[in-house]
Amino acid sequence: MNTNRYVLWGMTKSTLIHVFLISVALTCLFPIFWMVRCAFMTNETVFVDQGIIPHHLNFGNFAIAWTQGNFAVYFLNSVVYTVCVVGGIVLVSSLAAFSFSRLKFPGKNIIFYMFVAAMMIPLPGSFVALFVMMNKLHLINTRFGYILCMINVGLSMSILLLKTFFDKMSRDLEDAARIDGCGKIGIWWNVALPLARPAIAVIVIFNSLNVWNEYILATLLLGDSQLMPLQRGLMVFQGANSTDYPVLMAGLTMAAIPIIVVYLFMQKHIVKGLSSGAVVG
Amino acid sequence: MRKLIVLCSCLIFIVLAGCSQPPKPSNKILLWHWMTDRNDTFQRLAQQYKQETGIEVIVQLFAPSDSYSQKIIAAAQANVLPDIYGILDKKSIVADFIKAGLVTDLTDAMDADAGSWKNSLFDRALADKRFEVGNIYGVKPGIYGVPIDVTNVQMLYNKKLLAKAGITTAPGTWEEFIKDAQALKRVGITPFVSGWGELWLADCFASNYAFNIMGEEKIFATFRGQVKYTDPDWIRVLSVFADLRDKGVLMDGIVTKGNKYAEQDFALERAAFAFNGSWCVNVYHDMNPGLDYGVIPPPPISTAYPLKIWGGAGSSFVVNAGSPNKDKAIAFLKWLTAKGQQVVLAQETNNLPSNKGALLAISPILKEFAGNMDTTTHPTIWPLNEDPLVIEAFDKGIQAIIIGEKTPQQVAQDVQVVKDRQMARGK
Amino acid sequence: MNSKAKAAAIFKDNLQNFFFVLPAFAIFCTFYIYPFLNMIFLSFHEWRGIGPMHFIGLQNYQELMSDNLWWDSMGHAGYITLIALTFQNALAFALALACDREIRMKRFYRVVFFIPPVLSEVVVGLIWNWILNPEMQNGQHIGLLNHLLYTSGFPQLVHNWLGDPKTALTTIAIVNSWKGFGWGFIMLLAGLQTIDKQLYEAAKVDGASSWKIFTNVTMPMMMPVILVVVILTILGCMQVFVLILTMVNEGLVNHTDVPVLRILSAMTGTNRFGYACAEAVNFGVILVCISFMTKKLSDKAKQV
Repeated sequence: MNTNRYVLWGMTKSTLIHVFLISVALTCLFPIFWMVRCAFMTNETVFVDQGIIPHHLNFGNFAIAWTQGNFAVYFLNSVVYTVCVVGGIVLVSSLAAFSFSRLKFPGKNIIFYMFVAAMMIPLPGSFVALFVMMNKLHLINTRFGYILCMINVGLSMSILLLKTFFDKMSRDLEDAARIDGCGKIGIWWNVALPLARPAIAVIVIFNSLNVWNEYILATLLLGDSQLMPLQRGLMVFQGANSTDYPVLMAGLTMAAIPIIVVYLFMQKHIVKGLSSGAVVG
Repeated sequence: MRKLIVLCSCLIFIVLAGCSQPPKPSNKILLWHWMTDRNDTFQRLAQQYKQETGIEVIVQLFAPSDSYSQKIIAAAQANVLPDIYGILDKKSIVADFIKAGLVTDLTDAMDADAGSWKNSLFDRALADKRFEVGNIYGVKPGIYGVPIDVTNVQMLYNKKLLAKAGITTAPGTWEEFIKDAQALKRVGITPFVSGWGELWLADCFASNYAFNIMGEEKIFATFRGQVKYTDPDWIRVLSVFADLRDKGVLMDGIVTKGNKYAEQDFALERAAFAFNGSWCVNVYHDMNPGLDYGVIPPPPISTAYPLKIWGGAGSSFVVNAGSPNKDKAIAFLKWLTAKGQQVVLAQETNNLPSNKGALLAISPILKEFAGNMDTTTHPTIWPLNEDPLVIEAFDKGIQAIIIGEKTPQQVAQDVQVVKDRQMARGK
Repeated sequence: MNSKAKAAAIFKDNLQNFFFVLPAFAIFCTFYIYPFLNMIFLSFHEWRGIGPMHFIGLQNYQELMSDNLWWDSMGHAGYITLIALTFQNALAFALALACDREIRMKRFYRVVFFIPPVLSEVVVGLIWNWILNPEMQNGQHIGLLNHLLYTSGFPQLVHNWLGDPKTALTTIAIVNSWKGFGWGFIMLLAGLQTIDKQLYEAAKVDGASSWKIFTNVTMPMMMPVILVVVILTILGCMQVFVLILTMVNEGLVNHTDVPVLRILSAMTGTNRFGYACAEAVNFGVILVCISFMTKKLSDKAKQV
């Protein structure tokens, strides 16, 4: 009798857990479903049609979003910016984090705490100073300037995460590499980076998301529409007064796909042990 | 390591080596704007202009308007404003721009040829960027901007929904409006919606009734601090909102509703009355081309003074005074506000033209909006404006009244406290 | 080696080490330090965004101290953060625990739960505005939530969620938690997956109940990850603002104001750049203090 009750309890628990997971998953999937559904309607029916599947499927919105929104150019720009910024951040922050963690130089702690403190101080009022300085450096309306600025945005968190990861790195591996004749760069490249793969995956996801969804700095620092990223293209559908919802939803759906793909690729690296024992603040 | 040092130094040298040279006149004019729905039309008109005159106008769009304003301020500091741009801010900020030498005085261009340009445009529209003699901003009197469209904010009514409640004519007085609202409620129709989540629109409604109840002299006297907000007339203005709340006229959630959503509500026939600007015609047309509606000014509550609606220039451009292509820019703006181009803009974007001659080309519903242009007023044409902190307290107070948190008397007292504080600071 | 050569070698070593940090530091100084110093400079002035700046010393800070709207907004952000720390992270933890054991569909859940963070604020705002719509048309509730409540037999719970000062902030906090739990979920799940299975085996052999296993094995091993999640949650939620704009526009009177919105309102609404910068500096200092205290608390907890 006891075994039966135990088995029954186990099955109930398992079912309850499943129900819990599925219901939360449904609330997460709902927006995607809603977006796609809207993308197949027209502006007139988008709020009126109550059906789960729209009564009249309008396939043209995706094509409109692509051509009217000049999607191809903006899409390419966003890809370029994301790749460059994320690559830049991984490179620059891993070098810095390695130094903070493993090497010594005067003022190391002060500089590190400056980076950490930067995460806590918002800079909404700084855009004027930023623009003036970028203009003096002739970086306004250039891809290079925008990329540098976006690298800065993601630096603090990336450095913090990587430093805590490198702190947990085993000294034995490092010593072994040194014995093999690796210089500091060698240790960084051959030992630290591969071990930090999960942290790097998190940084890639986080910063890709930030750059992909960014438009405030893009509007401020860029001028030519040839340089604009994707979000700026989507802004065009949100007219000052009149929003073309179905086309906007079609555009947003197309914009969401690449970032989900990036996440799919990166997430298997994370699970291999982000904390690997401990990630300390 | 040595290589790294050399590389860094080279980079720094290259970056610093670029020196800024004074801009030279060219055949290109740069125009920055924020109007997403007009971007395509602007581009087409620019192409046409290039074919006609050989001058290339580069049109660049920066949206939404908050981002646009940020960019303008930043560019002003860095002194890289384009040839033509817009200032989306209060008159005092426009005055600051003028005093900083960033805006060209267009009075001469307007007065040329016996004022041919000036007379072709609505006077109310020109008043937006015009500074009168003896203005409090200390700016040399004159016209500093070119309006490319006009708008006004009025009340709209859904004819079909009104008919369902047995109402055949739109209300002409406040009492009729309340009676109509109650008739609508009896048949299950929400009477009124507006985007009062955007404070300026609630402020506009209050201002309309302030003009109606106490007249403009008393309003301006209040701004000067000579009349208190606890004055019975102001409490009467605030009571308008209490009245709306008590009679159940307002749509639920009106206080957090953005104008976009309010427009949706009216287009989808969820409410019988709306309070919105002439730009809504475009939105309603997109969402519900069959919507049968009309335009009326908000029904007056008093016969003491005329009710004035807000209206005037919708969007206007200024010319950068530091630009080497000033004359070309002015010529382009003159062309843009000429009858032919205004007709194109009005027809393609459903906005009211600023050129009087283009009125014939607009749709009937827009004509209803245009009919009341002469009774319009706007903060930008008032001799002085209230302090922004006082306005914020006033508008938030209106919201508090609507959700039943405060009474008009309490709000009046709160606003007066802020007013006293700001007056003491010498603002 | 004589001392001079030694000193030179140390200097060369330090310089090499510094060069690792140089690119990050150079970018940081240019794009952060300079605007930051400019912001502090501005906070001692009065400026409308254009025109001359007037030096007014500490006046902005004095005004800030007695600005009720500012401190209320800080409280609102704190409330949202508190809900996130409890509800959001509890949800993330529960989901992570559930997924830790579930082998079927685990990959599916890992992807699905990350969708809310990926969505743009535009979509989130639109959807939740529709779900929480309090209005009725033709006798039917327009908003999905009210409609479900009404038809599933809870008509008395039908409510104007975003329009009532008592429920507005909580509603926003819940939507914020919904949008954010995906991050906590991945990090906590990763942390759970690295706990040595042998520890669980040993505890079970010792006859420990599931609850005891949870408190004595799971929790202690997860403390470091939890700390990172807590700090990131605090920093993220205190600076929330776009979500609020899309849900309640300029706010329900002042009940849904948060610090970043107050800063933006000072800049663009009332054209007071100096005051906005003072607010920003004040906000930053408070966040630094909170982070510092959190770290001190965690250090103490580790010792225990």
